[in-house]
Amino acid sequence: MIRILYFASVRETLNCAEEQIVLPDGINDVQSLRDYLGTRGGIWSDKLTQDRMIKIAVNQEIASNDRPIKTGDEIAFFPPVTGG
Amino acid sequence: MKIAVQKEDFDVGAEIQQMQAATQRALGGQIGAITSFIGIARDINEGESITEIMLEHYPGMTEKALESIAMEAARHWKLVDVVIIHRIGTLTPQDQIVLVAVASQHRKETFSACEFIVDRLKTRAPFWKKEKTIQGLRWVNARETDEQAAERWNER
Repeated sequence: MIRILYFASVRETLNCAEEQIVLPDGINDVQSLRDYLGTRGGIWSDKLTQDRMIKIAVNQEIASNDRPIKTGDEIAFFPPVTGG
Repeated sequence: MKIAVQKEDFDVGAEIQQMQAATQRALGGQIGAITSFIGIARDINEGESITEIMLEHYPGMTEKALESIAMEAARHWKLVDVVIIHRIGTLTPQDQIVLVAVASQHRKETFSACEFIVDRLKTRAPFWKKEKTIQGLRWVNARETDEQAAERWNER
């Protein structure tokens, strides 16, 4: 299983804060996970596959699309940060 | 080093005193300078009056990200101590949002490291602000200028 978290406007658009899914065969990096989630269509495709501004964290560290992922990982998708 | 993510307000004077006292106990008289930055919630953004700000964060990652930024600053400059306190939850205009305080033997390091930490946290620490205006609620957009400010440290 992997745990996927969505924050801020990404969470609101997708209407989903968190989910756990079995990591499908062949999905072994962030980009392929994004493409996979995008096959849900509609806003999932718009936000996760198309949106260039989405930021990613894997196991609570900033990551890019080519970062490998494996079972047990925690992946988060969120907009550019606005703290401070 | 003190890193805190909390709802409660902080007392800048008390935090700096604590930092000095802790360093004195641990290292003797090592501090020659302290630079501090306080981020304050504004009451106008993009032309609209703000009545409330809600700060969301990624529990677990926020503390790690701030610590990582502090450690990065300590690698670039010779620092004696760093304090970062960032608030979350609902705030009103003029409330304190964040404190960054840096202590070193010399002032040059404290100025640079403090600015570096603030620029980095504005682009890397997982916080998101939502504003309430007369029109309703809206997420604050990340600024191009913040990204540029963070990037210029990469060239130095």
